[in-house]
Amino acid sequence: MLTVPVQIQILLAGILFFLGLIGLLVRRNIIFMLMSVEIMFNSAGLVFIIAGSHWMQPDGQVMFIFILTVAAVEVAIGLALILQLYHHFKTLDADAIDKLKDKI
Amino acid sequence: MNVFFYIAAAVAIFSTIMAITGRNAIHSLLFLILSLLAVSVVFYLLQAPFIAALEVIIYAGAIMVLFIFVTMMLNIGLEKKTEKKWVRPGMWIIPSILAAVLLTDLVLALQVAPTATAARQIVEPKQVGISLFSTYLLAVEIAAVMLMAGVIGAYHLGSQKKKVTHRFLEN
Repeated sequence: MLTVPVQIQILLAGILFFLGLIGLLVRRNIIFMLMSVEIMFNSAGLVFIIAGSHWMQPDGQVMFIFILTVAAVEVAIGLALILQLYHHFKTLDADAIDKLKDKI
Repeated sequence: MNVFFYIAAAVAIFSTIMAITGRNAIHSLLFLILSLLAVSVVFYLLQAPFIAALEVIIYAGAIMVLFIFVTMMLNIGLEKKTEKKWVRPGMWIIPSILAAVLLTDLVLALQVAPTATAARQIVEPKQVGISLFSTYLLAVEIAAVMLMAGVIGAYHLGSQKKKVTHRFLEN
């Protein structure tokens, strides 16, 4: 039986979330940015599972299934967008895609 | 049981750090798969075996394979250098050791698993399914519509079209 205090479990989810956030902020390769978003999704799901296990309710697992669905759709659309961007700009650098920026 | 949680958490955090700091996209994706497997061990320890299976099958199995396919299609980075790195066997040692640690973690946790869990009520997959299709029925239908939109959007975006630029926008 797991007797780790729930604070430690939430701490794990928080660490994973902030690692994803750091990756999203630091990396400029757009595939790495999408991966970091996945890490953040996963840690949010982990929080739901922790809460559902703490209060013995099925709602947490239900919410994780929804998060899984959203993550799948997000990855499909995001990777299709990345393919299109790569075909247009021949690079995956997020800073290179600045057509909307004013050229001063 | 607690030590298994801490081991899985340490593996998850370490492999996530390796995933976001890696230079090679494929290596980072493999570390990310390892991180997802570690999180699924945490799910198992949190009395959610169904969710742990879903995490392995859908997250690590389907979504990450999609990532790897696209990364290989785009042929990212310096191909010669990455190929040289891929064939180097030392690249596989750390992920293999971490995966082995996770496996022994799971095996030992299975061995020490309590036989009588009547004292604490577990949320079973049956309850999850009943709740999913009664309380959250509307959300399930919305998720179905969203999946449909995702399929159509991915097909539309993924189709190769000729690049058409308006003549006023060309420069």
